[in-house]
Amino acid sequence: MEITLPVIILALPLFMFLLLGLTGMKMSHKAAGWLGCLGMGTVLVLSYITAFTYYFSGSADFIDPATHTRLQYIVFEQTWLQFTPNLAIKLGFLLDPISAMMLIVIPTISFLVHVYSLGYMEGEKGFQRYYAFLSLFTFSMLGLVVATNIFQMYIFWELVGASSFLLIGFFYTLPSAISACKKAFIVTRFADLGFLIGILVLSFYTQQLDFLPMTQNPQGVLASMGGATFMGASVLTWALVLIFTGGMGKSAMLPLHIWLPDAMEGPTPVSALIHAATMVVAGVYLVARLFPLYMLEDAALTFVTVVGAATAFYAAVVACTQIDIKRILAFSTISQIAFMMVSLGVASRHNVAIHEGLGYMASMFHLFTHAMFKALLFLGAGALIHAVHSNNYTAMGGLRKYMPITHWTFLIGCLAIAGIFPFAGFFSKDEILTACFANHWFWGVWMMMVAAMTAFYMFRMYFLVFWWDEPDYAAKVKEAEAHGHHAAMPHDGPLPMSLPLLILAAVSTVAGFISFGEFVTFDGHEYHIHIDLTVASCSMGIAILSICFAGWLYMKKNDKPTRMADSCRWLWTAALHRFYWDEIYLFVTRRIIFDGICKPIAWFDRHIIDGTMDGFAYVTNAASNAIKGLQSGKVQLYLLWYLAGAVLLGAITAICLL
Amino acid sequence: MDITILCYLIPALVMFCCGVYGFMTRRNMIAMLISLELMLNAVDLNFVLFNRYLYPGSNEGWFFTLFGIAIAAAETALAIAIIVNLFHASKNIDVRDVAHMKH
Repeated sequence: MEITLPVIILALPLFMFLLLGLTGMKMSHKAAGWLGCLGMGTVLVLSYITAFTYYFSGSADFIDPATHTRLQYIVFEQTWLQFTPNLAIKLGFLLDPISAMMLIVIPTISFLVHVYSLGYMEGEKGFQRYYAFLSLFTFSMLGLVVATNIFQMYIFWELVGASSFLLIGFFYTLPSAISACKKAFIVTRFADLGFLIGILVLSFYTQQLDFLPMTQNPQGVLASMGGATFMGASVLTWALVLIFTGGMGKSAMLPLHIWLPDAMEGPTPVSALIHAATMVVAGVYLVARLFPLYMLEDAALTFVTVVGAATAFYAAVVACTQIDIKRILAFSTISQIAFMMVSLGVASRHNVAIHEGLGYMASMFHLFTHAMFKALLFLGAGALIHAVHSNNYTAMGGLRKYMPITHWTFLIGCLAIAGIFPFAGFFSKDEILTACFANHWFWGVWMMMVAAMTAFYMFRMYFLVFWWDEPDYAAKVKEAEAHGHHAAMPHDGPLPMSLPLLILAAVSTVAGFISFGEFVTFDGHEYHIHIDLTVASCSMGIAILSICFAGWLYMKKNDKPTRMADSCRWLWTAALHRFYWDEIYLFVTRRIIFDGICKPIAWFDRHIIDGTMDGFAYVTNAASNAIKGLQSGKVQLYLLWYLAGAVLLGAITAICLL
Repeated sequence: MDITILCYLIPALVMFCCGVYGFMTRRNMIAMLISLELMLNAVDLNFVLFNRYLYPGSNEGWFFTLFGIAIAAAETALAIAIIVNLFHASKNIDVRDVAHMKH
């Protein structure tokens, strides 16, 4: 394959970042926006060409003609830093089923978000900077997914973290945005420490960083560990769990999820792109990338499953009580990513009943469909916020009459995430549930319960926003105009905002019919998706029940929800406060780490270290003050002292010599 | 009577002591400069003497003397320049008036 296209795919977003970042302030908003869209459109076309070439060309580079196995193909690879003869950091471009899939997902969402932002961010201060950061993010994310080695992935992993930081803090005059971006950066950075240690452990034993030798010969990796153990677990398990820690941070798994809900302080299109569709699934992608190694270590896979299952349940419960619609979506994102994690976790090699790659395939499938419908939901939420100027559903209600396009596309998104046939989420979620049941009935039942809650909280939001009781919009408009603001009744966004919604709604409707198993599987072999009718009908049945329940509660304004909340007040309050995770973190950092560790260290620094230095300075100062009278300015007195000294020295010398 | 090294060393010592005495007692800076020259010349004399009497073959002493004379000339020029400037500033050249350079 020609290396031109892949190089341009990576270079163009970087170039757009530099161009918009350096010269953006000289451009008009419109020029910068269209330039950004144009650049991303080009990347989109080139990525599609590359990915489709990979999937459909049938070239012997990409698919083994004899066994019909999809191959991993390195388009180019350049050594960047050579440490030892067999340990080097390389930068390259890897094409394989999952990276080609991400080459479709990332530019699609990114391009639609670019277009959407033309409308959503219109007139914002720093519009050009916003587009520059979007380009930086796209560059980093593309670099992450095509990484040929784990260190390249780590570099781009940090870059997406940095661009996420910049975009969350885009409204840098808001204190809440600033603390949210710092929180996101610090929490993920903290998790990345585990990732780095994991990389070091792995490369220490295997003496390499490349993915291909590791994933194509996992037994060799296992052998290179030589059965070393640490604290009762094998070194490979430790390495994999530590690497997964990085993924937990990025993908907001319990207990490192706390940054994601706060990250909603960023502009809504950014939430759609980074905190729903692409960056937060990087953790899933990481586990999928190293999956052959995870398969060898049941302990690591079990850890992934347990963390994922706990997170999915937790986030679903919290999402049922939130008021801010973006936070509901944030918790739903956490829950859905946890679905993908569980799906990877249950894809154990001990599943004799079913193809071992089912969970892997289902996870990637869900990643793909989730990116589409969650981006749709976020962009729809953006349109709502744009219309009513509030994030809270209490300011909304009855909007279906005012915003028909947003209403219908949002409904499609909700149906897709709830897993209703024939929308995209149904197919991927069904595969995940099948994989869970194949592993153990417990995980199956558990995840099905979470799926039911998903349907409930999504439709709770849907009904509260589009049905329920209509606030007096006309009065609000009057009030705003009385204060001299421009105001209008809620209405659908302009064309740049509606178009991405319609496109994503169309994709969310049909994406489920893609026979995903043909394209992305764990070992490159084709895998035919069978809809497990029992699981499918069960999951859809309870999803419909949940939707009906949500409709019964929230369709019309009534006091049933309040009475329900009152009947188990403590649970409701705890869920509303996200089960006090933030408070726990604050307690641990402020009371234990700051008070217990940092303050004594600061005291030691201030009094012992600084005290010693200050003491030296004080002694020197006092001594020179005491003898400064000797410098009288009388030249002849100096000579007298000098002579006295010389005579004294002479006398001492004479005494010593005699 | 032989002329021994002492015949030269004693006048040099007298010269040096006169220089020291003069430097410490005179308040006129020109006079102090002359005393300084006296000390330098006494030392130069010693260099020549010791070279001649102790190491007749070598000539490091001569060189030191030449260096001393050259440096003395330069230093005198510099000192005179300073004194002239001080005179411009305070209309006299009493050393007690230039005790500004203290702590």
